[in-house]
Amino acid sequence: MSSTKKQFLEGAAAIAEVINRIKPEVVSAYPITPQTHIVEDLAQRVADNKSAYEYVRAESEFAAASIVLGASATGARTYSATSSQGLLLMAEVLYNISGMRLPVVMTVANRAISGPINIWNDHSDIMALRDCGAILLFAETHQEAIDQHVLAYKIAEFLNLPVLVNVDGFIMTHAFSGCYLPDSKTIKKFLPKRNLVKGEYLNPQFPVTMGVFGGPDSYYLFRQLLQKDLLNSLKNIKKEYADWKKIFPTPKESGTLTSNGLIEYYGSKKPALVIVAMGTICGTIKKVIDDYPKKIGLIKIRCYRPFPSVEIKRALKKTKKVLVLEKCYGLGHESPLKLDLSAALWGEKIDLRSEVLGLGGQDVTEKKITNLIKHYEK
Amino acid sequence: MSFSTTQVRVHGRGGQGVVTATELIALAATFDGQEAQAFPFFGVERSGAPVVSFARISKQPIKTREQIYRPDYLIIQDETLIGDKNILAGAHNQTKIIINSTLSPAEIKKQLKPLSPKDKIYEKNIICTPATVVALEVIGKNLVNTVILSALAKNSSLFSLDSLKKAVRLKLASKGKAIVEKNLKAIKLVYEKY
Repeated sequence: MSSTKKQFLEGAAAIAEVINRIKPEVVSAYPITPQTHIVEDLAQRVADNKSAYEYVRAESEFAAASIVLGASATGARTYSATSSQGLLLMAEVLYNISGMRLPVVMTVANRAISGPINIWNDHSDIMALRDCGAILLFAETHQEAIDQHVLAYKIAEFLNLPVLVNVDGFIMTHAFSGCYLPDSKTIKKFLPKRNLVKGEYLNPQFPVTMGVFGGPDSYYLFRQLLQKDLLNSLKNIKKEYADWKKIFPTPKESGTLTSNGLIEYYGSKKPALVIVAMGTICGTIKKVIDDYPKKIGLIKIRCYRPFPSVEIKRALKKTKKVLVLEKCYGLGHESPLKLDLSAALWGEKIDLRSEVLGLGGQDVTEKKITNLIKHYEK
Repeated sequence: MSFSTTQVRVHGRGGQGVVTATELIALAATFDGQEAQAFPFFGVERSGAPVVSFARISKQPIKTREQIYRPDYLIIQDETLIGDKNILAGAHNQTKIIINSTLSPAEIKKQLKPLSPKDKIYEKNIICTPATVVALEVIGKNLVNTVILSALAKNSSLFSLDSLKKAVRLKLASKGKAIVEKNLKAIKLVYEKY
């Protein structure tokens, strides 16, 4: 068990604290609800002379993303955070960050997208960017968010891929809960300084071109490599997560049968129905599973991109019914996670259904989940 | 198997420290070795607008994230919210209502109007605490969130008075020693006198 003391913190404060201990060199952000508390906290530390990173105030999210892109290209460890419209404004830059293979780490405090204007939680923002070439992690609890940020930097800097850690806006960012924070020494053991190879970052003494032109004879090679490296990163994410939890173990949840960097399986070994979901909604689903008279399971996806198809298929071996619960429509077609599962489970004899819920902060109640299980388990 | 969880819902207005109140409740409970969770429902932030925040306390880890629909304790920080029917939603025959008021429980009961006949109010479950009077007298400002929690400590077994004081000391530390001491004095006064 971890020797660090359990703390009671706001989600945003826990994330800001772990980022501070990870020691980025450049932080840039444009404030947007509900990630605000994270960057306010990080800015305050610099103002109070308590942290050494450079905090660059940006005039927009487009600028903030461009600033961390540039800083990362010079070899610096960087951080930013955003939500909703802010993430959409970063879209163009994010594709460049992954295309340039920069290990940028960001937090996305997930929030609905206009219109109508809505500041509350759902997953519409990140789903719009799911193909931007970044690794996408999702956290259910404060502890997972803390662990995933440390993991994000390790993976990003090892594979030269950006990582976006997704936390539910308000539901996690503004909620207070118990959690364990690793100290800087423990983090350093797992996450050494960024390994800089001469000629792979911007340095006037060893000039190099970044953000190159790729014609028809070479562009596809860049994209092929990015796709290959993203898919291959599944095994790294799994390994690094296991290594991290060895260095920094925290109390295990009773009821969890499988837990790795890609997914968690909670509930019955022989379920009548398995729910697949991501983020804080998984906590409420677990509570419903605990109370429900029949055997139900949950696959919580921790790593959404790259998509852990093999891992999920294995976890669903003894299941005939799967219900996807997700916080985003796939406008004009099926919702995103349902599509991903349809592809992963193609050819399997599984009855796959889905429901979209919790849009724009609509409360996902235990009663609602119970009723959905009742409806679909038949 | 699920274990019993105590649910607290705090109603007040923007600027009255409603969110801080639930944070203090949960923090105090963790000092007593319990598991706790606190979270607000934010409207679009405006001073004076009705605000609601939630706290759960349990012996077991708390998994659910749903808002609180069946409160065991209702704390009403602002008496003028009494006409807002939503504040009583889900109140049951065990729900204790702690309200910042100089009126008597009988007078409060008359004014509280439940939204649904299912929402129950019993005079014996109403606790009136003159938190504004105490806050103005001791703290010098109408900041009632810590004051009214003293009444919760006294009328429940959710957390001890010492843990509440410890939580207030920790949470208000950045506001300076003088503010902390004034709050602690107000808490002591309510606990002993009302």
